[in-house]
Amino acid sequence: MIPLTTPVSEAAIRSLKVGEEVAITGRLFTGRDAVHKYLHEGGQLPPGVSLHQGILYHCGPVVIKDDQGNWKCVAAGPTTSIREEPYQWQVIRDFGLRAVIGKGGMGDRTLEACKEHGCVYLHAIGGAAQVLAERISRVPNVYFMEKFGAPEAIWEFEVAAFPAVVTMDAHGNSLHKEVLAASQAELAKYV
Amino acid sequence: MNLLSESLLELIRRTSAEIPEDVHRATLAGLEREQKGTIAASAMQIIEQNIALAKNKSQPICQDTGSILFYVDCPIGFDELAFETAAQETVTLATRKGYLRQNSVDSITGKNDGTNVGPGSPSLHFHQHRQPTVEVRLMLKGGGCENVGAQYSLPNEKLKANRDLDGCRKTILDAVVSAQGKGCGPGILGVCIGGDRATGYEFSKRQLLRRLDDRNPNPELDRLEQDIVETANKLGIGPMGFGGKTTLLGTKIGVLNRLPASYFVSISYMCWAYRRHGVALGPDFSIQQWLY
Repeated sequence: MIPLTTPVSEAAIRSLKVGEEVAITGRLFTGRDAVHKYLHEGGQLPPGVSLHQGILYHCGPVVIKDDQGNWKCVAAGPTTSIREEPYQWQVIRDFGLRAVIGKGGMGDRTLEACKEHGCVYLHAIGGAAQVLAERISRVPNVYFMEKFGAPEAIWEFEVAAFPAVVTMDAHGNSLHKEVLAASQAELAKYV
Repeated sequence: MNLLSESLLELIRRTSAEIPEDVHRATLAGLEREQKGTIAASAMQIIEQNIALAKNKSQPICQDTGSILFYVDCPIGFDELAFETAAQETVTLATRKGYLRQNSVDSITGKNDGTNVGPGSPSLHFHQHRQPTVEVRLMLKGGGCENVGAQYSLPNEKLKANRDLDGCRKTILDAVVSAQGKGCGPGILGVCIGGDRATGYEFSKRQLLRRLDDRNPNPELDRLEQDIVETANKLGIGPMGFGGKTTLLGTKIGVLNRLPASYFVSISYMCWAYRRHGVALGPDFSIQQWLY
């Protein structure tokens, strides 16, 4: 496991390679379909949310208020990232993201943006909502709760040793492309 | 709260938090199969930790608590409307308790009222039987796996798939390769050969109510089910699409009659977080027995 701490430097990101496992400590912001469409259409981030040298997490968590009135995240696995493919390259470019966490991988435009701007795609384990929620130590804030609803809001998470795998690096490599090509070639042998 | 609501609440809680035992055996076998030190093995380890943690904490296995699908086998004279009301109220309560995410959105306005109740949610399928018992099965099926479901109309020239079982095999394997890791594999396929576009998909989902370790009574379909799993696991897609040996945990195939003009193969992909449980209810609607 390679430790990554936010804010993340460009050098740290460019040193990562496809297939490496990372453990993230620091701050994550969630953002999924509604947030990407909003930013793509020229929407501004609310005060308090900074993605510069930061990490965006494709996630719609289950968050409840505990007895003291604090937010508590009870389930927080990744959502499918490919839906953000039309927007992600622009969000990476305009907001200075260093990493995007999600599942299922993304396409060529995102891969190209990763290479150009120094960003990586990190794959969290889909469905592992409890293991990942355990690594969220605090939920300091939520933004756009009224506007987008709980799953689509921007949640701010403090995380410790949050696990993910580099599946698209800043050198133009994508594990998803490799596995797709290999599995298609393999299938040809059996049909 | 009446006994029916209490029983349904416990069914929802357990379905959201606990993987059925037949599925868990299959994920453990997947973990054994993966080569130590690979990211595929690491993914399977995290999946196992997650299964244990969700059960111990009684919290959702996956934050996408999915489409809420009830399948009810009931005697003649059973009050379906009263059951529907109880199911809706209990779903709202389960959402407030955090067993379910606020997961149901108005398709036009985008509004999420936080209840999980609205047109089509929860979805209820009633089936009468000539027995006094009421059996309720619940499936929670997340959006990631639902999105990689596929329906093919045969013949399909691109796949060289004709209107026969070999053609069906080609489409099913094509769906596996198209899905890659996006449906949160290792996955389980529910397949329907035949039907119309709507009944085909519906029946494909219903296959996922079968136990993972059962065998198809039709020998040809049984062979096809085993062959799909074996072949898919040779393709190197692996857990989460990371590469590896465990791409599918199972395949279940059902058949409906079709029109002479139609030949559909409908495929529902279920993620490893295969959330389905069932209960047999007594005359007072208390839980008598768990079905999986």
